[in-house]
Amino acid sequence: MAQSPFEYAPAPESREIARLRPSYQIFVAGKFRDGRGEAVKTINPADESPLAEIAEAGPADVSDAVTAARRAFKSWSRLPGRERGKYLFRIARAIQERSRELAVLESLDNGKPIRESRDVDIPLAAAHFFYYAGWADKLQYAGFGPAPRPIGVAGQIIPWNFPLLMAAWKIAPALACGNTVVLKPAETTPLTALVLAEIIAEADLPPGVVNVLAGGPAIGHAIVESEGIDKIAFTGSTEVGKIIQRSVAASGKRVTLELGGKAANIVFDDAPIDQAVEGIVNGIFFNQGQVCCAGSRLLVQESVADEVVAALQRRLATLRVGDPLDKNTDVGAINSAAQLARIRELADAGVDEGATRWSPPCDLPDRGYWFAPTVFTDVAPAHRIAREEIFGPVLSVLTFRTPDEAVEKANNTPYGLSAGVWTEKGSRILSLAGRLRAGVVWGNTFNRFDPASPFGGYKESGFGREGGRHGLAAYLESEGFLGD
Amino acid sequence: MTTVREGDVLDVTRDDGSLRRFLHGLPGVDQVGAEARAAGLATRSIKTTAKAWAIDTAIRMVDLTTLEGADTPGKVRALCAKAARPDPTDPSAPPVAAVCVYPDRVATAVDALQGTPVQIASVATAFPSGRASLATKLIDVGEAVIAGATEIDMVIDRGAFLAGRYLQVFDEIVAVKKMCGAAHLKVILETGELATLDSVRRASWLALLAGGDFIKTSTGKITPAATPPVALVMLEAVRDFHAATGSLRGVKLAGGIRVTKEAVRYLVMVKDDLLLQRHKLATGQYDGADYVSVE
Repeated sequence: MAQSPFEYAPAPESREIARLRPSYQIFVAGKFRDGRGEAVKTINPADESPLAEIAEAGPADVSDAVTAARRAFKSWSRLPGRERGKYLFRIARAIQERSRELAVLESLDNGKPIRESRDVDIPLAAAHFFYYAGWADKLQYAGFGPAPRPIGVAGQIIPWNFPLLMAAWKIAPALACGNTVVLKPAETTPLTALVLAEIIAEADLPPGVVNVLAGGPAIGHAIVESEGIDKIAFTGSTEVGKIIQRSVAASGKRVTLELGGKAANIVFDDAPIDQAVEGIVNGIFFNQGQVCCAGSRLLVQESVADEVVAALQRRLATLRVGDPLDKNTDVGAINSAAQLARIRELADAGVDEGATRWSPPCDLPDRGYWFAPTVFTDVAPAHRIAREEIFGPVLSVLTFRTPDEAVEKANNTPYGLSAGVWTEKGSRILSLAGRLRAGVVWGNTFNRFDPASPFGGYKESGFGREGGRHGLAAYLESEGFLGD
Repeated sequence: MTTVREGDVLDVTRDDGSLRRFLHGLPGVDQVGAEARAAGLATRSIKTTAKAWAIDTAIRMVDLTTLEGADTPGKVRALCAKAARPDPTDPSAPPVAAVCVYPDRVATAVDALQGTPVQIASVATAFPSGRASLATKLIDVGEAVIAGATEIDMVIDRGAFLAGRYLQVFDEIVAVKKMCGAAHLKVILETGELATLDSVRRASWLALLAGGDFIKTSTGKITPAATPPVALVMLEAVRDFHAATGSLRGVKLAGGIRVTKEAVRYLVMVKDDLLLQRHKLATGQYDGADYVSVE
């Protein structure tokens, strides 16, 4: 196909908007300070240039933060719900006011396209604070007894794929319920969480209610092991989730885990094909496929498989891969060298095991961590690319003949986080939703998020729900009440 | 005795039943998904060289139109002058695609546009309602063609379409196409009266099968006229028809496009959703205030 006469000129968002500073500090007991761990540089995955230096937390900072959170819990938990709600509304509004800055900063630190950080990550982060602000004074009506109590200090460890959004998912319900928080953002993406700490400080939250510790696995471990922590909320890999689970066993700590996934996106022969193709693209190439609920396995009915794969390939040729700050970029950079290596290893395994690899022609930048959108056909359910979470822009296409076979294949995974069903038959969507072992089932859409909708997994995708009324349960002690 | 109809390359118009089965067998359109895709494409940022190209291209696709009972020869001549030179202060501004008038004003336009590349389009077939006998519609078309129209904008019988009499609509388009001779045929679906995107897809295929050179959204007399999801579905029909038959047709958007930015968004749709190397797309009643003087 010849070049189109219509070539988009570069439309980069200005880097200045991020108000990037040379160094960032951790936030403990209401104060910013250098951590007592190592000073590390966070880099821009799009070109490997250093962005800023972070004085990471050391074990002593963890103990300071936990002590501060314990102290703050006494008064914060007794504050009337409507007062806690006011703080959360204030944070939500400040996120909206600083949304451009946060979006550019997120794209710089994470590598995701500005279109996504601007239109998805940041607005949803604000929406979560607004949503849980509304619950703060209504907890007694949420179905957890007449006087549900907060748990205490929550240790929250979040991943690098949606840095600010995951911080919002964790902090907003915890605070609404009256808990205090020690949050650790991922080592490769600490910046927006530290700016959120600034917003929290400016919102005049009492010192110690929220503490933000930048650091690596050792800090995460120290938080999990800390005796002053009452609850661990973790989003990340299943591997680390299992370690946490073992570590807190018999400690009395409560745990919720949101882990990996290998979601099936099921396309029936009566599906609205053009929209299904959009849903497949959104399912696996959104955020470079670095999404725990990504639709990484396309299960397509054999009778339309060729048609769907051809339409998908035609569509992928229009994806624009490149500079995350360009407003027309659809697919940005992989977050880290380590993640890129893992994606490459699994994609190579796909070829070795006999699957057919395809990518649209696209020029990848010379520097930075890049991986072209990739589709594997001729995939067998036993292949590693059909079983293991790749966490990258790699789609494995499998086929099925009957609805029973689709359900069987979709459920044939140790994971169970999400699934998609595409058909014009509403009854079929409902019947499949009941049979799929997945915490979230999307009907004729994919990767749609809303603060009012609970999100979480089955099996090795973890347990506990975030979002919605269900999300409150993770931060409340239910209480029975008998009396007169 | 049924026969394969002329131009029916897919052999789906032997009878009402086979045409119905074909149209109803097209994949459905999920309205929520189509709207989301159109909204997503609208966030594209078109700057500098891309913007300049898009604006010129949009101007080249405009049909400057006057379809009023009060149209005078003078008004038509003024419109023709503007069509040939949309911006008298800027000689590099390209001429528009066509001037569009009622059949009885075609002669005036032919006269005024001599020596320019601007086409003469005429609405016909009892525009805008289409509520007349086929014989009357054909006379309407014939008169416009004889007067010198190079493009005919017909309206489909929406009543027949909505009642499921697809073959009647098909036969009517075929008859009009025949009457057009060398003139290009644009088939106006009046999507605002078809209501659902499934109907838009079916009507698009129907018009393409029957030989329409362009499928056009609207008469401009009904609201809503062109909308992004409707345009998306029509463009997809042209894309799929091209894949099935090798014949590349055009889409014309009419009504509802008021500012440059909207016109550019539709061009983005053609680029990002169709990947056609060559395309014919026209925007209707364009009056981007920056580039075209408004009468």
